[in-house]
Amino acid sequence: MTVTDKAEVVIIGSGVIGNAAAYYMAKRGASVIVLEGSEIIGNGGSSRNGGGVRQSARDPRELPLVMYAVENLWPGLSDELGMDVEYCKKGNLRLGKGEAHRKILQGLCDRSTAQGLDVRMLDGDEVREINPYLSDEVTCASWCPTDGHANPLRTTLAYYRAARQLGVRFYTRELATGLIMDKGRLRYVKTACGDLFEGDTILVAAGYSSRALLHTVGIDIPMNKGLLEAIVTEAEPPMFEQMLGTAPADFYGHQTPHGSFVFGGHTGMEPYFGEYAGDGLNPSQAISAPTAARAILNFFPRLKNTKLVRTWAGSMDECADKVPVMDRPAEVPGLAVACGFTGHGFGIAPAAGLLLSELVLDGRASTLSLGAFRYDRFARPAD
Amino acid sequence: MDKLMDRSADIGPFVPLPDDDMIVCRCEEITKGEIRRAVHDGFRSLTEIKRVLRNGMGLCQGQTCSRLVRSIVARELGVKPADLPMTTARAPARPVEMQVYAKEVR
Repeated sequence: MTVTDKAEVVIIGSGVIGNAAAYYMAKRGASVIVLEGSEIIGNGGSSRNGGGVRQSARDPRELPLVMYAVENLWPGLSDELGMDVEYCKKGNLRLGKGEAHRKILQGLCDRSTAQGLDVRMLDGDEVREINPYLSDEVTCASWCPTDGHANPLRTTLAYYRAARQLGVRFYTRELATGLIMDKGRLRYVKTACGDLFEGDTILVAAGYSSRALLHTVGIDIPMNKGLLEAIVTEAEPPMFEQMLGTAPADFYGHQTPHGSFVFGGHTGMEPYFGEYAGDGLNPSQAISAPTAARAILNFFPRLKNTKLVRTWAGSMDECADKVPVMDRPAEVPGLAVACGFTGHGFGIAPAAGLLLSELVLDGRASTLSLGAFRYDRFARPAD
Repeated sequence: MDKLMDRSADIGPFVPLPDDDMIVCRCEEITKGEIRRAVHDGFRSLTEIKRVLRNGMGLCQGQTCSRLVRSIVARELGVKPADLPMTTARAPARPVEMQVYAKEVR
């Protein structure tokens, strides 16, 4: 079989993680190929999320990555990539109504402040000083002034564009179907249309699809498919700049520079819908977006007459312990893995991309440790 | 392998045209020149162009311009319009007030 193309690194998946990794590798002079299964760059979870760049309420294992990104990568990203990613660092309010919610938020606050994050509790009046459009029923919120949001569609495609300009070769409609070893080392990727790609290292960053692909070399990352449903409204005059979430996590969102509101949310019942469990081509659910809309109006009654223009959904790679795997499995020399981002990969994507470039090119990440994201942690007893 | 798959395939230089200022997406005021420029920036599917420029994301959801955009992109790439899959139509078909969508009013 002849090789279609070869490079030092072959990345499978052109989501924000794969594209960011490709960009940081190419910046260091590596030759890189990115394979995308569909005809569209970044068509999975990267284009189906609320765009939160959030440190507060972040899992303690992921917090150092997002704090590093917020300090060092996000602020200059539009300039670096030559395309506006609409990064807005104007804080995050996680809203609550009543004592039960306050307890949840206080717990999340305490966990993050212990790791050095500036996040604090506000009462209802203080919340409405920051955002006067909120319902009087809001009694408390956590407030992290250095949180924010960005445009996930543009960020994913900006990394693609910049990586391509640095010479990264992108191939679409090249659905990877198997990983092939050669003399004890992973070397080839075969695709559904019969092409073969060769790399010294192969980075699997294909979201939930990574699971079946990794099975072809005997690696299993325990993941489920979860639903992400997003809503966008017509443009309104500028109202507020913060990222919003809630204690019960029934919706999240922000107002974009364009004026439209982007929200996300779900019912919790999505995994049990028959259709959703199917091929995932059109996973929008009749119930998910209306449920999120109802949650939004409970906090934002002012938006009741605002018109919703579009909803869209997609699947995410939900890892068994809700944080990603970023590692080089010892049993398969030449393989690197980045998957299981569990719906909160966007905010950490620049840091993840940078660390993956170090992991692949140097053998280990040096800017920050990836020790919490080992592939074999599921087989070990809990610490 | 065709040039829609190989994103490094040469499609020639960007050549300015006299009607590049023509607005194609009226809701979001996106011009023919912006769409052509995006193709040369590497965005070779209609969905990517929509996500970068916002054409087809306004109140009419691309019902007016999506076929025009497709023919502009196809000409720029030197392919048939039918070779370019359309962007996915999204619910709702017409803009709906949040309170109606949320079933908060009868």
